[in-house]
Amino acid sequence: MTEDGAVLGAGVPDAPAGGWRTATVSGVRRPIQRSVQLRLDVHDRIDHLPGQHYVVRLTAEDGYTAQRSYSVASAPGDPLVELFVERLDDGEVSTYLADVVEPGDELEVRGPIGGWFVWDGESPALLVAGGAGVVPFVSMLRHARALGREDLLRIAVSARTMAQLPYADELVAAGALVVLSREEYGIRPAGRLRAEELLPLWEPDQTTYVCGSAAFAEAATQLLVASGRPPASIRVERFGPSGGPA
Amino acid sequence: MPGPTRGFLGRRRDRDARLPPGQYDAGSDWPVLTAEPTPRIAPETWSITVDGAVEAPTTWSWDEAHALPRSEYRGDIHCVTTWSKFGTWFAGVSVDTLLEAARPTAEAHFVMATSKTGYTTNLPLEHVTGGQAWIVWEYDGKPLPIEHGGPVRLLVPHLYFWKSAKWISKLTLLHRDQPGFWEQNGYHDLGDPWRQQRYQGD
Repeated sequence: MTEDGAVLGAGVPDAPAGGWRTATVSGVRRPIQRSVQLRLDVHDRIDHLPGQHYVVRLTAEDGYTAQRSYSVASAPGDPLVELFVERLDDGEVSTYLADVVEPGDELEVRGPIGGWFVWDGESPALLVAGGAGVVPFVSMLRHARALGREDLLRIAVSARTMAQLPYADELVAAGALVVLSREEYGIRPAGRLRAEELLPLWEPDQTTYVCGSAAFAEAATQLLVASGRPPASIRVERFGPSGGPA
Repeated sequence: MPGPTRGFLGRRRDRDARLPPGQYDAGSDWPVLTAEPTPRIAPETWSITVDGAVEAPTTWSWDEAHALPRSEYRGDIHCVTTWSKFGTWFAGVSVDTLLEAARPTAEAHFVMATSKTGYTTNLPLEHVTGGQAWIVWEYDGKPLPIEHGGPVRLLVPHLYFWKSAKWISKLTLLHRDQPGFWEQNGYHDLGDPWRQQRYQGD
């Protein structure tokens, strides 16, 4: 229990959930190195909430399967589901998706999944991402834009360099705070995210969403808690070689 | 079930028999995946309570829990996100020991595990008895690291690892099953890795 005995996730409404589906690959783009952006036409699709994810399952000729989870970048109103996949050199699934998949291919997918790391489109939110952790926030941003409620979102994104920041143009255009650890950005010297940089993004009653590698998520959440954010108002999604719950 | 994915060969063909379907060997890695900020819990403020449908609701402090008979687990763990880790070594106390003291009533059939963070997960009682579940504070002979649930976590290694609640503080015996945190969000109520019970309906 937390200090006030609150149950994590209590009062969070049920999110949509879908079973296994066939998806036809409609578009394949590689806007930044070591990654791929897949646009999928999911048959009999159940619309997601921004922040939810899909599982992709690959099956070999002999029936061997491998599956991984990927956050959705597209808004619910998009006719296609867009996944952004970081290519891991030793990744069994990500190397296939990045190197082999072509438009017209069929993939087995399951989703949407997850009900905690979602934005309802109505509440103020602070979004803090590291690297490919921006993906669920791109979905939230696009959804906010469709609703005309971009005022609800405050966004901070961190990457090593601008070239390694997924969806950089879209995030910059939305006014996101950009933090680069390995190069200067405007007048900001290279360096990690600092607590005081987040203070201008604070608004009353915000829910904070943190998404990124385990190391980034841990550092960012500790920064937020140390500067006074109630832990119960912070939702975290950590990914490593895999995503979702442990 | 559709046919094969075009051009997918897959890797690891000579699969280790310890690996449940759809899992891969994480080797020396131990990924950290949690939905909430990592809490800082001082051992002297930690306690474990067994309550609900029991005859003697009981709370043990850190020192009281450590005075109970030590019990260890050596074996494998499996996360629903598809990594497995072989040959882990945890130590703490068997959940059987706690239940012997609290004495579940005849109507108790399920357990809700609750963490200090408010995280919850539900388990059938028969899956946390008979030497299948532990409250652990040691990993590899050292204090359990905070990011892995230290100072104390639940360990139910025959089920997917989200059932092994980090930062455990309470086990509540229930007459009827209730979904916990991930279970409300579409994950399976039991979570047997050998039957690939990842999501509701699997």
